Amino acid sequence: MLAYILRRLLYAIPILIGVNLLTFALFFVVNTPDDMARLQLGVKHVTPEAIGRWKVEHGYDKPLLLNAKAEGTAQFTDTIFFQHSAAMFAFEFGKGDDGRDIGNEIKTRMGPSLAIALPVFVIGLMVNITFALLMVFFRSTYLDLWGVVLCVVLMSISGLFYIIAGQYFIAKLWNLLPISGFAGGIDGLRFILLPVLVGVVAGIGSGARWYRTIFLEEIGKDYVRTARAKGLGEVRVLFRHVLKNGMIPILTGAVVVLPLLFMGSLITESFFGIPGLGSYTIDAIQAQDFAVVRAMVFLGSFLYIAGLILTDISYSWVDPRVRLQ
Amino acid sequence: MNFLPVILWTDALIFALLAAVAALVWFIRSQEHLLAPWRVVAQRPMAMGAALVLGVFVVIGLLDSLHYRERLADSPVDAPQYSVEVLSVFDALVSDLRTRKEKTYSAPLAMQLYAKEFIERDGATVRDHPRLQYGGAHLQRADARLPDITWRTLAGAAQGALTSVLLLGLLAAWQARRTRVSMGAWLAAWWRSALNWPARTVVFGVTLLLMLAGMIAQLASGYHVLGTDKVGQDVLYISLKSIRTGLVIGTLTTLVTLPLAIGFGIAAGYFRGWVDDVIQYIYTVLNSIPGVLLIAAAVLIVQVTIESHPELFDTAAARADIRLLALCLIMGVTSWTGLARLLRGESLKLRTLDYVEAARAFGVSHSRIISRHIFPNVFHLVLIAIVLDFSGLVLAEAVLSYVGVGVDPSMYSWGNMINGARLELAREPVVWWQLGAAFIFMFTLVLAANLFADGVRDAFDPRLGGRR
Repeated sequence: MLAYILRRLLYAIPILIGVNLLTFALFFVVNTPDDMARLQLGVKHVTPEAIGRWKVEHGYDKPLLLNAKAEGTAQFTDTIFFQHSAAMFAFEFGKGDDGRDIGNEIKTRMGPSLAIALPVFVIGLMVNITFALLMVFFRSTYLDLWGVVLCVVLMSISGLFYIIAGQYFIAKLWNLLPISGFAGGIDGLRFILLPVLVGVVAGIGSGARWYRTIFLEEIGKDYVRTARAKGLGEVRVLFRHVLKNGMIPILTGAVVVLPLLFMGSLITESFFGIPGLGSYTIDAIQAQDFAVVRAMVFLGSFLYIAGLILTDISYSWVDPRVRLQ
Repeated sequence: MNFLPVILWTDALIFALLAAVAALVWFIRSQEHLLAPWRVVAQRPMAMGAALVLGVFVVIGLLDSLHYRERLADSPVDAPQYSVEVLSVFDALVSDLRTRKEKTYSAPLAMQLYAKEFIERDGATVRDHPRLQYGGAHLQRADARLPDITWRTLAGAAQGALTSVLLLGLLAAWQARRTRVSMGAWLAAWWRSALNWPARTVVFGVTLLLMLAGMIAQLASGYHVLGTDKVGQDVLYISLKSIRTGLVIGTLTTLVTLPLAIGFGIAAGYFRGWVDDVIQYIYTVLNSIPGVLLIAAAVLIVQVTIESHPELFDTAAARADIRLLALCLIMGVTSWTGLARLLRGESLKLRTLDYVEAARAFGVSHSRIISRHIFPNVFHLVLIAIVLDFSGLVLAEAVLSYVGVGVDPSMYSWGNMINGARLELAREPVVWWQLGAAFIFMFTLVLAANLFADGVRDAFDPRLGGRR
């Protein structure tokens, strides 16, 4: 098992290097620091001096890959690539345009992001499985048919609509919960409720439908027929056998998104004013703060790869045959 | 000439796509085994109803893709100068909607402006909602509005229903002649759903659409059916114009995705070895970057490029168009990985089958094996992916526009409508119609696409085997 995990971990390194090179190419080669400066300063006030000053302020006044003027190892370390891209492997993200340390921001903003994303994930999973099981229980009846149609309808509604409708009806019209905001501790619960509710409802359509297909695939298998043949009731078959086996693909599929929960949701956080990583990212995109966007790209890929490794481990845990391949 | 035809990049690609689809349809019609699953799709009432709605959207989108620039009225005929405003055939058809602008917000079917102003009335200056310039301008008194609206709605519905009955009569006459039965017998069979296609659903669908169109047309000649936006533009017009943007994003993105996904996916599965390793590496790297962020980064870069080369674009429409095309390209490049992985898995299975081994033993070349034996057997996966991705892409446009990396702000799109209107919900009374219109149009298109996609998937996916 340990050797298997180690192998997966080693496999992740070239992928992270690839991500790093790709972001480097996107942010510094295709789009040179001069272009960035011009965009930031506005078209009208561009002078070569202003661009030079902007580059010095942001530390972009160095050669891209190789510093011919420097001596020894500084030839490689005193470059944009080393200081801005390679440094991310050590989780040193530098400063954003507002002068704050990006690493610090990430640390303080992970909590609020998680406070929304984790409940949405856990409650959503339970609600979706419940709906899927209900549809499977009533399969090939009108209840199931209309359940699927309802799922398709829910899927076809824009995620923005759920948020706007939730804010308008629940918060503004009926005054049940605050429209937006965030607070720590127990006091923050009332701020969290609405975004979590909206997040769960928005996910029901696609989630329940997807799990229903998984359960239906499971219900056609031989062991289910055996279970029925020995006289088990439908409810018992469903909960003892189908649910248990259906959970394997569902949970291993869910593992991959677990680390990404730290990143939060862009749209939800920005609508509800949650000071998490999602709203941080969206602010950075809108302010065209390339340093922050770059850091978030790296962090996101890092977490995604962590999710992939976790998935592999959980697969080999539930199905030992995988390890031998 | 009174107008100068303008072919934007996306127009050219849309019509190229249309030609490709037409060629494909013509090819499929000649192959019985390819036609069979489509027959199954055509027998599903839900899929056919959805296809009808999609058809309406597509027609509007295509009309909106024939662009031109009008000749300026005061320029000489022999040396014409053209307006910088790029219009489309659709604009010409609904020119009333486009040109009837009010001052600012007005509610759907209103005859008064949303905002209060100082107006002269009976010699005194009072603060009240002024009358609209166009909406309900034909009415003398405010209490004549409701009867007028009711009358117009009924008249429009009646017109639509009548047209539909006429069309049904023509259809019955034609079909009866073709199948050599009496018209009454055909109609009876139609009513009992005894035909080999869901004729009743289609006819009822057409009737509903015609009635809706009749009502909207009747009302739109006297009112702003969905109200007006901040600058007084008719919201119905904006919503209709946004259809093209949604369709372009949903289809052209797929056009970018397909060659990448098919090429890489099949190559990885068929050749295995180092080719497989390299391709898997590429798509894991691309996949591991959060999609929105990659799109945002790329769009920011495109924006920089467009800003630094203003001389390349002669009109604002051309610039917005390039940005739309770039968005499609970027979304395509970031979204091919899912389909590629699917095709890789399928090709891995197919290459070990006996007939492929036999072909290899006979010395058939790789390219021929792929094109004759592998590709036709994964084509259903490609088709299912196309229709399933479409709705997701339309929804993604709204989110991207909200983030600020979507289509050009000057372009009509549902995302821009939502983005512009969401802050207006804080007003009292609420300005809801712009948001509502955008969401309803988007919902209709996406729902129709999803239902159609379901029908296509059920018919093509052999694994499902008739199970929904």
